[in-house]
Amino acid sequence: MSRLRLLAGPDLGSGPEGFADHTRRLGAPAVSGRALIESLVRSGLTGRGGASFPVGQKWRAVAASKGSRVVVANGAEGEPQSHKDRLLMATRPHLVLDGAFAAARTLRASQVVVYVGEEHGTAWNAMAQALAERPEAERRIGRMTGAPHRYVAGESSAAVHLIDAGVATPTTTPPHPRERGIAGAPTLVQNVETLANIALIARYGDEWFRSAGRRGGVGTVLITLAGAVKHPGVLEVEAGTTIEEVVTIAGGISEAASAVLLGGYFGSWVPAAQAWELPLDGPTLRSNGLNLGCGVIGVLPASRCGVCDTSRIMRYLAEESSAQCGPCFFGLRALSDACSRIAERGTNRDDIARLKKWSVEVPGRGACKHPDGAVMFLRSALSTFADQFASHPAHWRQQPA
Amino acid sequence: MKTELHMTIDRIKCDGHGLCAELLPEMIRLDDWGYPIIAPGPVPGRLASHAQRAVAACPTLALALRRTAPSK
Amino acid sequence: MSDTLLWYTTRGAGAVSMVLLSAVVVLGILSTMRFGSAGWPRFLTTGLHRNLSLMAVVFLALHIVTAVVDPFTHLGWLTAVVPFSSYYRTLWLGLGAIAFELMAAIVITSLLRELIGQWAWRAIHWLAYASWPVAVLHSFGTGTDALSAWFIVLSVICVGSVAVAIFYRLVRPSPDPLSAARGEFRAGVSRRPNR
Repeated sequence: MSRLRLLAGPDLGSGPEGFADHTRRLGAPAVSGRALIESLVRSGLTGRGGASFPVGQKWRAVAASKGSRVVVANGAEGEPQSHKDRLLMATRPHLVLDGAFAAARTLRASQVVVYVGEEHGTAWNAMAQALAERPEAERRIGRMTGAPHRYVAGESSAAVHLIDAGVATPTTTPPHPRERGIAGAPTLVQNVETLANIALIARYGDEWFRSAGRRGGVGTVLITLAGAVKHPGVLEVEAGTTIEEVVTIAGGISEAASAVLLGGYFGSWVPAAQAWELPLDGPTLRSNGLNLGCGVIGVLPASRCGVCDTSRIMRYLAEESSAQCGPCFFGLRALSDACSRIAERGTNRDDIARLKKWSVEVPGRGACKHPDGAVMFLRSALSTFADQFASHPAHWRQQPA
Repeated sequence: MKTELHMTIDRIKCDGHGLCAELLPEMIRLDDWGYPIIAPGPVPGRLASHAQRAVAACPTLALALRRTAPSK
Repeated sequence: MSDTLLWYTTRGAGAVSMVLLSAVVVLGILSTMRFGSAGWPRFLTTGLHRNLSLMAVVFLALHIVTAVVDPFTHLGWLTAVVPFSSYYRTLWLGLGAIAFELMAAIVITSLLRELIGQWAWRAIHWLAYASWPVAVLHSFGTGTDALSAWFIVLSVICVGSVAVAIFYRLVRPSPDPLSAARGEFRAGVSRRPNR
């Protein structure tokens, strides 16, 4: 069921909701401090940036650290198919800022940095304008920073590295940003959708949050639907809604589908028949070895070749390596080359063997999770499109993207 | 209390020189591009001195040895 | 101890130091170039580089001590560490003092590398490219044997080896396979910090 919470309010096409309207519609947040942290723990809210980490636990860890803290609102949205963060920032900037400044007050942060993709012009303007509308105490500690347009720029340690030292490359962890981040201070990096949820929990409480959700999921999630659906775009649905239900809300599929890519480029391919009944809830999917990720659902029509699409995405992921770690840079390139050879020249035993070998050797040997995400994506493709990989004919022209 | 010795590697500092694999072949081998694949688990006692030598020989100080309590 | 013995020891130890230090520089260049083969593992290059440099320290100490102790030269201990403070062959000995101190900094920081960290260690290690030529100049100017055949041959071999090594280091592409891609990516995502 579509349950609007984050996206409730004025029509999404009418631009950002201003501070006055926002305050009139929703009132002021009621809970803060220790009580808010405990409320977040009880709510079961998990991060919406891709890792689905329990938010309350994360806040407890930062609260336990010493020294002045920093809050980063992560709206980089480097995942190409995802639009939810920029839509949220462009239409409900004050929800995001409410969450960010609630975090700042609760964790006694001295700074709030709003990290927005440089190429997301509308979202940037909306957030900057909203920041200017905030009370003076908040305006004094808040500022905007642009995220370079690369896939890894949205990764937590890369975001902190950019803000701290001016270079958006991931860094070796430990130490994690929550232990030592910007200027050495414990830093909370939280996705903008997560912060918007926190803004509402601070007003209505954890029980209210848990009142939405099905099949064990809690709250609502923002989903970006792409591919062979009649009305692609961003939807807000209850956590635990199945993929089939979401696709129905979007008008149904536009042609017969063979598979679904769940979770974006770091997600997994699932055969369509199995995909329809999957519930869109981070923890539930995780226990099935899948991943809600940033909430992108790509429906692959049967008319497109899964091998060719996999090859295209692997090429992208290989080129987005920050080239700091050999196994990631060379491993993903080699895997991508093998995929391309299979896609363009037809299947062969050697390349299949290479894919299998390197899929085992590459994960876990980079400083960040980029190679792990890419290999997990590839392995899901090898499993879902097993027949196609085994018998792919040569076609010299790649399908258009 | 018996502690365990674990080898850790900073993957950004590692530049694939490969001295570690020469000095501790029992636990480290190089992948197709010259970067180390380290066997998981603690360093056995008999290899401790070789592991220390491998760590000291790394030109970029990417390797480290840590003593931890044994994991269950 | 006979004066002549001291004198011969100074000159001999000096020559041995020069040979060893030249080998150390060549081995250092070979290790950055990741030189190695089936029969010559990389740890051999770095191991020899380290051990020969420590051996050079011993011969250098012998060279300095016998020079200072020798009554003929009238050198005080300070002249070994304060450049250009001797009356005897002021300029050339001064160069020797400089080369010695640079080398001491390199050796000490290398022994303490794990404590001072990679960046500081690297910065000081670059002084090797200053220390070695200054030492060679010192040997040309102050060596009593500077014009004797054996010394000239030795010098040509030492300087020639280092020159060849530096040449190859400059013309070969970067031995770090990631350096180009890493630099390119980093350049694309660099902005002013916004702490």
